[in-house]
Amino acid sequence: MDLVLQEFPLLLKGAYYTLLITAVSMTFGLIIGLLVALARITGNKVLSGLARFYVSVIRGTPLLVQIFIIYYGLPDVGITFEPLTAAFISLSINIGAYLSETFRGAIISIPKGQMEAALSIGMSYSQAMRRIILPQAARVAIPPMGNTFIGILKETSLVSVITVTELLRASQLLISKHLVVMPFYIAIAIMYWVMSTGFSILLGKAEVKLSKAY
Amino acid sequence: MIKVVNLTKNFAELKVLKEVSLQIKPKEVVVIIGPSGSGKTTFLRCLNGLEQPDVGSMEIDGIQVDAGMLDKEKNKRIREIRQHTGMVFQNFNLFPHMTVLQNIIEGPVTVKKMSVKAATKLGEELLLKVGLANKRDEYPSRLSGGQQQRVAIARSLAMEPKIMLFDEPTSALDPELVGEVLNVMKELAKEGMTMVVVSHEMGFAKEVADRVIFMSDGQIVEQGLPEEIFVNPKAERTRKFLNQILK
Repeated sequence: MDLVLQEFPLLLKGAYYTLLITAVSMTFGLIIGLLVALARITGNKVLSGLARFYVSVIRGTPLLVQIFIIYYGLPDVGITFEPLTAAFISLSINIGAYLSETFRGAIISIPKGQMEAALSIGMSYSQAMRRIILPQAARVAIPPMGNTFIGILKETSLVSVITVTELLRASQLLISKHLVVMPFYIAIAIMYWVMSTGFSILLGKAEVKLSKAY
Repeated sequence: MIKVVNLTKNFAELKVLKEVSLQIKPKEVVVIIGPSGSGKTTFLRCLNGLEQPDVGSMEIDGIQVDAGMLDKEKNKRIREIRQHTGMVFQNFNLFPHMTVLQNIIEGPVTVKKMSVKAATKLGEELLLKVGLANKRDEYPSRLSGGQQQRVAIARSLAMEPKIMLFDEPTSALDPELVGEVLNVMKELAKEGMTMVVVSHEMGFAKEVADRVIFMSDGQIVEQGLPEEIFVNPKAERTRKFLNQILK
C-alpha cells in the first residue's frame, strides 16, 4: 500500500494518458463516425459501399490486430508513427466505425416527415440535415455514445502493448520495478472504475438535460 | 398559377397517377376529394417536389419542371418552387426540438437569411393571426393537435408563399379541434391565397372552394363548382363515393 502511494504520481501520469487517448480518439471518432454515417445514408453507391466496407472490416477484426497493423505493420511500407500517435489513430478509426452505426441508426430513426417539412419550407438537403435532422438524431445517439465512450476508456489499456505508458503499462513498469503485483493492479482497477463512474455520472446529467429540452 | 400536363407517377407496378392535367388560376381555392389510394395526396406531393413524377410537366408560379429534366436543374427549380409554395401535412411535422416561434422563423432565417429580429416580428404577427400568440415559447409537444396544425400553417406562411398546399390537414385531429384549423384556412382563402386542399371536409369545400375535383384511380374523374359535385354529380363513381362519406 505504501508502495502504491509512493509511486502514485507515476500512476496518475498513466491515468492522464488514458484520459488523453480516450478524449482525442473520441473526438476524431465522432467526426469519422458522422462522416461515415452520412456517406452511408446519402452518398452515392461507391461512397456508401466504401463506408460499409470500412465498418465491416473494423468491426470484424480485433482492436489489438488493428493497433499492431498500424504500429508494427505500416513501417514496412514506409509509414512510421510514434506510439502515442499510433494509439490515437487506431482508436479513432476503431471508434469511428462503431459510432457511425450509432449515428446511422439515430438518423434513420427520425421520422421522414421531418425531412419533408424542412424541404417544403425551401431548405436544401444539407440545411435540413444540419438544422433539423442531426439535432434530433444527437439526442437519440447520446445514450449509446456514452457506452462507446466508457468502453473505449477501458480499451485504451490495449495500447500498452505498443509501449504507450498509459495506466496499465504504468502499473506494469512499477510491478517489475518493485516485484509486487497485487497492490498495483488493484490500484489501477480502482482508478479505471472511478474514471468510468465519473463519466457515467456526467453522461447521465447530459442525458437528463437533453431530454428536458422538449 | 399552376399548370400541370400529363403528370404520371408509378410506384413499381402500381400506376398512382395517370396523365393528370390541371390548371389552377391565381387566388383559386381547389379542394380535391377521392377515395384513399386515388392518388390525390401523391398529386399534391408532386406539386411540391416531394414526389417526382415519371412523365409529364408542371409550371408553378412561372417555374417550369419537366419529368425528363436533368436532376441537377430539376432539383434547383423544385427548390425554387418550394420557396414560394407552402405545404401543410396531415401529421403537422413540426420540429420538436424547436419552440413554436423557432419553428416559424426557421425558414426565413435559414433559407432567406432574414435577420432573427425581423423574422421574430414576422413570426409574432403570424402567431397572432392563427390565434396562438401566447404559445410562442412552448415546445410543440405541449400543444394540442389543432394548435400544432395552426403553428404548421404559420410556419409555411412565414416563407410568404403564393400558393398553399394542404394534405388532409384535419384528418389527424380530434373532431372538436377541426374547426379551429378550418377557420384559419378560411381566413387565408378570404385573403386571396391560392390554395390546393386535399380534404374530405364538405362544409369547408362548400363554403370556400371555387372548384371541387374528384379523383379516383389516379385520374380526375370530374370537377366543378362544389354544389354541382356534391348535389348533382355526373359520374357514377363520384356518386358512390359521396354516398359513402355522407352516410
